[in-house]
Amino acid sequence: MEDLLREYLPIMIFLAVAVALGLVFLIAAAVLAVRNPDPEKVSAYECGFNAFDDARMKFDVRFYLVSILFIIFDLEIAFLFPWAVAFKDVGLLGFWSMMVFLAVLTIGFAYEWKKGALEWE
Amino acid sequence: MTVAGFAFYVFALTVLVGGLFTVVSRNPVHAVLWLITAFIGATGLFVLLGAEFIAMLLMIVYVGAVAVLFLFVVMMLDVDFAELRAGMAKYLPIALLIGVILLVELGMILGTWVTADGVEMLAAPVAGEVQNTAALGMVIYTDYILLFQLAGLVLLVAMIGAIVLTMRHRRDIKRQNVVEQMHRDPKAAIRMIDVKPGQGL
Repeated sequence: MEDLLREYLPIMIFLAVAVALGLVFLIAAAVLAVRNPDPEKVSAYECGFNAFDDARMKFDVRFYLVSILFIIFDLEIAFLFPWAVAFKDVGLLGFWSMMVFLAVLTIGFAYEWKKGALEWE
Repeated sequence: MTVAGFAFYVFALTVLVGGLFTVVSRNPVHAVLWLITAFIGATGLFVLLGAEFIAMLLMIVYVGAVAVLFLFVVMMLDVDFAELRAGMAKYLPIALLIGVILLVELGMILGTWVTADGVEMLAAPVAGEVQNTAALGMVIYTDYILLFQLAGLVLLVAMIGAIVLTMRHRRDIKRQNVVEQMHRDPKAAIRMIDVKPGQGL
């Protein structure tokens, strides 16, 4: 257990450095930077123009469909990882159990393909 | 305090602060971002428990996919903050009632919690040479085959349900038909016209 955690120590240090660096940038920008705004500096400049609308508009429901289909196949892949690692030990039953699992999801995949859920109009 | 102990407190604090701000955030988008923070803290806790595979899965599936789904759902809701705040007073009594009921239930569970004989609490997996992922793989597909297949069926139902609920095929637009495009014959599509000078078509 201790050995396992020791292997994660570099990641821990990396995370600490990342957080510290992010904080340093934020604090330095707030403390050190010269801030002297006037109306011309903060207005939209040349290529930029003022926003037409509120950014908080309704998203199309199709984004939701794409992301939920992504999650389902993401989970399918997640089930494949332990199977691949333990492939030599699971035997014939394990192999066919995964094949049936994949077949069930392939039925779903064929359904969504035929329904045109993968197409963006 | 050891490094592992220190890491535990850091991650536990991340989960708690993330969860708290998920609940109290005014803006639903900020709430989802705090929820992602809580997921990341939970990932660290799972690593500390020795459940590496679950930790990485939490990172990929929850932080990577479920959080994005939540963001889409929040953005689809067409959030009107004034309206949300107006409903607060109306729903406060029933929310408090549900909260108290849940608290009482939790208290009842914790009050009668007994550990069966011979159960070691929070023992680290004594797997010897076997890795975490391989240890999972050896039981999921054979010992727990029924649950595994049912999980597949649940995913199938979710897939079909999402399509049935959200698919709206529009008929009034032109779509690309690849087969039709490839079978287009130049002879049928192009007409050669010999235009006399000064006449036009």
